Amino acid sequence: MFELFSTMTALLRRDLTLSARLGGGGLLAVIFFIIVVSMVPFGVGPEGALLSKIAAGMIWVGVVLSMLLSLDRLFQADFEDGTLDLLMLSSLPKGALVLVKCTAHWLTTGLPLIVASPILAILLQLPDGLLGPLLVGLLVGTPAMSLIGAIGASLTVGLRRGGLLLSLLVLPLQVPVLIFGVAAAKSEALWSPSHMLLAAVTLMTLVVSPLASGAALKLNMT
Amino acid sequence: MKLIASDITCFRGGRHVLESVSLELASGVASILRGPNGSGKSTLLRVVAGLVDHQEGKLSWLDDEGREIGEDDALHTSLFHYVGHLDAVKPSLTVRENLDFWAGLYGVPGDVETALQTLGLGALAQVPGAFLSAGQKKRLGLAKLCLGTRPLWILDEPSVSLDVEGVALIAGLMKAHCETGGSLLVTTHVDIGLKAEALQSLRLSVQGTLKVEAPENAQKENAQKESNNV
Amino acid sequence: MFKLNFELANPKRFMDLSAKLLPWIWVIAVGLLGTGLYMALFVAPPDYQQGETVRMMFIHVPAASMATMVYMFMAASSAVALIMKHPLADMAAKAAAPIGAGYTLLALITGSLWGKPMWGTWWVWDARLTSVLVLFFLYIGYMALWEAMEEPVKAAKAAAVLCLVGVVNIPVIKFSVEWWNTLHQPTSLAKMDGPAIHSSMLWPLAIMALAYGALFVALLLLRMRTEILKRRVRSLQLSRARAAVQAGAA
Repeated sequence: MFELFSTMTALLRRDLTLSARLGGGGLLAVIFFIIVVSMVPFGVGPEGALLSKIAAGMIWVGVVLSMLLSLDRLFQADFEDGTLDLLMLSSLPKGALVLVKCTAHWLTTGLPLIVASPILAILLQLPDGLLGPLLVGLLVGTPAMSLIGAIGASLTVGLRRGGLLLSLLVLPLQVPVLIFGVAAAKSEALWSPSHMLLAAVTLMTLVVSPLASGAALKLNMT
Repeated sequence: MKLIASDITCFRGGRHVLESVSLELASGVASILRGPNGSGKSTLLRVVAGLVDHQEGKLSWLDDEGREIGEDDALHTSLFHYVGHLDAVKPSLTVRENLDFWAGLYGVPGDVETALQTLGLGALAQVPGAFLSAGQKKRLGLAKLCLGTRPLWILDEPSVSLDVEGVALIAGLMKAHCETGGSLLVTTHVDIGLKAEALQSLRLSVQGTLKVEAPENAQKENAQKESNNV
Repeated sequence: MFKLNFELANPKRFMDLSAKLLPWIWVIAVGLLGTGLYMALFVAPPDYQQGETVRMMFIHVPAASMATMVYMFMAASSAVALIMKHPLADMAAKAAAPIGAGYTLLALITGSLWGKPMWGTWWVWDARLTSVLVLFFLYIGYMALWEAMEEPVKAAKAAAVLCLVGVVNIPVIKFSVEWWNTLHQPTSLAKMDGPAIHSSMLWPLAIMALAYGALFVALLLLRMRTEILKRRVRSLQLSRARAAVQAGAA
C-alpha cells in the first residue's frame, strides 16, 4: 500500500515538474480560456442583460474547450519517448496510473481555469449571487472532465491526428457535466441538487475512467 | 532462476510475426538474438517483456529446482529491466531528475548515484535532457539497468549511437550481469566477451521461426563475418 | 511456412448459415416495410390535432427506438468480444454501427421535418431529439475510432471499450437532457407520442418497428459477410506480399 502511494507520488511530482518547466501548459489553457470567452460579446453583442444571462453557460463551455486542449498530450508525450512502455511495466496498476495522470491534468489545467473564471464572470457581468455556486460547481465538475478526457486520450494514444478524434469522442460524453454544471451555477445556492448531480457524475467517472482508460492503454501498448 | 518461453505465436495485422517460438533464458547466460531486418526481433523482445500480446504459448519463470514460480504479470514485470529503442528521457528534466523519477517509481531511490557513476554520467547530472547528445541519452536510458537488481535484462540494440568507450562500457555491464548470475536477452553486434558456454545464439527468420544455434557455429560465423569485414 | 489466421478471417459456419438465412430475412424485411408504410401512409387515420403530419410518427418513433437498441446491441457485442474474445462479436458491433447511425439520422431528419409544421421551426431542443442528437455523435465517434486505427484487432478492442463507456453514459445523458429540458421549457410542447395511442395507430407502428428490426438484421448480416470477405482479401494480399519478400530474399 505504501509502495503504491510512493510510486503514485513519484509520477505525480514528475508530471507537475514537467508542466511547470514547459512554460506552464496550464497558463496557455488559461489564456485560451480568457480569449475564447471574450469572443462571446463580439458574437452576441455587448448588451449587459443578455451577457449576464448566458455568462455561466459561456464560462462552462469555455472551460470544457480549454480542458480539451491539453488532453491529447496526456499520454501521447510519454508514448512518444518510450516512457509509457516503462510505466506499463512498472508496479503501478493501470488504473492508478490513469488517476495520477488525471490528477496532474486537473491540477495544471482545471484548477488554473477555476482561478481565472472570476475574471470572466466580471467581463460577462455574471449576476452577483451566482459566482459562488459557479465556482463550487467548477470545483466539483472539472475533475470529471479530466477523467472523461483520459478515456479519449488513452483510446487515441499513438494515433496520428489523434487530437481531433479525441474531441469527437470526449465532447458528447461531457454533455451531462455541462448541463449539471450550468444548472448548478444558476441555482443561487452553494450546494444545490444540481451540485449533487454534478458530484454524482464525477464520482461515476471516477469509477469508469480508470477501468476504461486502463484497458485502453493496455490494448494500445500491446 | 530462468524464464521459459514456450511456443509463442504472435500475429499482427493478419499475419504471423512469431511462429511458435520457444526459448530459454537461463541464469548466467547471454542470449544474443539475430535475424534480418523485419524478422521481428524487436517484437520478440517486446513479447517477452509483455509489451506485445501473444496469441498462443506462455512465458513462465522457473526457480533453480525447476518449479514454476508463477505467471502473474506483476511478478513477471518485476523480474526484468527492459531498455528499448526509445530512451524515455524527458528533455526538460536534468539527468539526475530523470533517474530520480525512475528510481522513485521502482522504489530504489538509493541507486541513483551508482547508476550515474556506472554509466559515466556523473559530470552531466545537472544537465537537462534536452542538451544531451544521442549517445548521452542512450547512456541515460541504459542507466535504468542499475536501478535495482533484476535477474533478466532485455535490451534492444543497446550499443546504438554509443561511442567506442560507451560500447565497451555496456559490453562490460552485460558481461558482469551474466557473470553474477543474471540472464540477458539482447539484439546486438557487440562482442560481450563471455565464454562460449555462457552464450546462446538465437536466430529469427523472416518467417518468424526461431532457431537456437550451437555456440560454436555462432562463434565461427561471427569470426567469418569479422574476417569479411576486414 | 507461416499460416494465415484464417480461423479469424473465415468463420465458415457463419458464412454458410448467413447465406441461407439472408434471402428469407430480406423477404420478411421488405414485406413488413411495405405493409407498414402502406398502413402508415394510407390506412391510418389522420390525427385530430396533428392532421396528416402524424404519419411522420410511424417513421420517426421506431427509428428513434432502433437508434438506442442498435447501440445496446453494439454494447452487448462489444462485451462479448472483450470477455469471450469471439471474433464474430466485434465484427457484429462494427457492422451494426453505420446501420444504427442511419436510423439515428433518420430519426433526426423526420423529427426535424415533423417539427416544422408542429412547432413552426425545423429544430427545437426537445428532450428526445436532443438525446438522439447526442447519440448520433456517439455513433460518429465510434465509427471514427474504427477508421483511425489500422490494426483491426486493436481497433476492435478500442472500439469495444468506447462503446461500453458510451452505454454506461447513455442513461446519464438521457436523464441530464430530460432534466435540462424541463428546467428550460416550462411550457409543454406537443410531443410526438400522445399518452393514449389508438389501436388504428398502434398496428402500423408495431409493424414498422418489426420492419426496422428485420431490416437491421438483414443489413447486419450483409455487412458482416462483407467485412469477413474484406478481411480475407487483406490476409491474402499480406500473404502475397510476404511471399514476394521471401522469393526476393531467396
